Amino acid sequence: MNAWPVFLEVLQIAALAAVAPVFAGWVKMLKCWFQGRTSPGLLQPVRDLRKLFAKDVVLAENASWVFRFAPYLVFGVALLIGGVIPILSVDLPLAPTADVIVIVGLFAVARFFTALAGLDIGTAFGGMGSSREMTIASLAEPAMLMAIFTISLGSATTSLAQIVSSIQSGQLLLRPSFAFAVLAFVLIALAETGRIPVDNPATHLELTMIHEAMILEYSGRHLALIEWAGMMKLALFAYLGIAAFFPWGIAASRDLRALGLAFAAMLLKLAAVGLGIVLIETGLAKMRIFRLTEFLGAAFLMATLGMLSFFILE
Amino acid sequence: MTLELAAKINSFLAALVLLTAFAMLAQRRMNGLIHLFAWQGLLLSVNTAIVGFVAARHHLYISSLLTLGLKVVLLPYILQVLIRRLKIHKEIEVVVNIPMTMMIGIGLVVFSYQLTAPIIELSTMVTRSTLAVALATVLIGLLMMITRRHAVTQIIGFLALENGLFFAATSATYGMPLVVELGVALDILIAAFIFGIFFFHIHATFESLDVEQMAHLKEND
Repeated sequence: MNAWPVFLEVLQIAALAAVAPVFAGWVKMLKCWFQGRTSPGLLQPVRDLRKLFAKDVVLAENASWVFRFAPYLVFGVALLIGGVIPILSVDLPLAPTADVIVIVGLFAVARFFTALAGLDIGTAFGGMGSSREMTIASLAEPAMLMAIFTISLGSATTSLAQIVSSIQSGQLLLRPSFAFAVLAFVLIALAETGRIPVDNPATHLELTMIHEAMILEYSGRHLALIEWAGMMKLALFAYLGIAAFFPWGIAASRDLRALGLAFAAMLLKLAAVGLGIVLIETGLAKMRIFRLTEFLGAAFLMATLGMLSFFILE
Repeated sequence: MTLELAAKINSFLAALVLLTAFAMLAQRRMNGLIHLFAWQGLLLSVNTAIVGFVAARHHLYISSLLTLGLKVVLLPYILQVLIRRLKIHKEIEVVVNIPMTMMIGIGLVVFSYQLTAPIIELSTMVTRSTLAVALATVLIGLLMMITRRHAVTQIIGFLALENGLFFAATSATYGMPLVVELGVALDILIAAFIFGIFFFHIHATFESLDVEQMAHLKEND
C-alpha cells in the first residue's frame, strides 16, 4: 500500500497535464461551432504543442537567465498546483502542504516571473503586457482571496481537501454565501485565465492583448511550455471551482473503482465548464481596459457580500 | 418539506434577491435593468409561495400569483413599451460612479444588519434572519432612486424598494392580510400607469427624461 500515495499523485498530475490541452481544444471546438465555423478538432492544441517542441529556440541577444528560466518555472508551478488541488481524490498526500492561500500565492509567483520575463527583453510590447497583467492581478488577487475566505468560513478551514470533504458530507447545501462566492469566483477566473471580457486569448492585435503581449518574444520549446502552462491554468481554475463548489464525485475512498468514477465525473464537469466559458465568450464582447477596474471591483464586492451574508443569513 | 429546509431555501432566495438588487445598482442599460427587476419579482413570487406552503397560509398563494402576474409580466412589459416609445434604451447616466454606489450599497447592508440585529434576537420565526436582507433591499432601492438621473430608472428603483418591503412582509410576518396586499398591488399598478403618463408629459415638455432638466423650471424668477 506504500505505492498508493505516489501512484495517486502521478495520476493527478498526469490527469492535469494530459487533460489540459484536450480541455483547451474542447473550448476552441465549441467556440468554432457556436460561431458557425468548422473546428480543427479536439486535439489541435496537442498538435500545436508537439510542433512547438520540435522547433528551435530563438533567443534575443540581451535575454538574461530570467527569460530562459521563466517557462520552466511557470510550467513547474502549474504541475505543483495540480498535485495539491483534489482533482480525483480527497486523500492526497501533498494536500496538507498547501492550503488555498498558498495556491493563490503560487499563481502569483508564476505571474510575477512571466511579467519579469516580459520586461527582460526590453521590447515595448513586453513591458506593456507586463504592466497590464500586474494591474489586473492587483485587482483580482484580493477578490480571489475574499471569495476563498467566504468558502472557508462555511467549512471552517482553508485546506481545499477538507473543504471538499465538508461539502461532500452535505452540511453545506444551499448556502446563501456560496451563491455570491460562485459568482465572484467566475468573474475572477475569467480575469485570471485571460478569457474574453478581460483578455482575448486568440488575438495578437497590439492594442488589446495582455497575456500574449508578455510572451511575444518566446519561441520553440519555451513557448510550448508557456502555452501548455496557460492551458493548465485554465484547467486548474476549472478544477479549483469544481473542488470548491461542485465537488460531488471526487473520490473519498482508496480504491480504483472510485478513482475511475471520479475521473468520469471530472470529464463531465469539465465539459460543462467548457460550455459555460464558451457561452460567456460568445455572448460578451471584450471590455475596454479601463472598465476592468469596475469588473473586478464588482467581483470583490460580490465576495464581500458573500462574507456578509454568511454572518447575516447563516 | 421540512421547516429547516424551507428556512434554508428562504435565506438562499434572500441572498439572490440581494444579488439582483446589487446587479441593478451595477447595471448600465435600461433593458438589463428591467430584466433584473423581472427576475427579482420571480424570486419574490417563489419565496412567497414557499412561505405560504410552510406556514399553511393559503392566501399567500394568491399573493404569489399576483406578484408573478404583476411584477414579472405586466410591469416589465409596460416599462419595455415605455422605453421603446420614448426611445430611451441607451446607457443610463449616473450621478455617483458605479463602484462608489456599490460601496455605499455594501455599507447599507452592514447598516441594516446592525439595525435588525435586536429584532432578530426577539423573533422566534424560522425566516427571521432574512429581515436584514429585506431592509437592505429597501435601502438599496432608495439609493438607486437617489443616484440615478433618469426618471424611468428612478421608478425602477421605487419598484425595487417596494419589492424589498414585500419581501420583509412575507418573511417577517408570514405576509400581510390579503386585503392589504390586493390594495398594494393595485396601488403599484395604478402608480405605474400614472408614471407612464407623467413620462410622456415630461418628455414632451423637456424632450428628455433627465430630471436635472427640471432645474430649469425655477430659473425665470
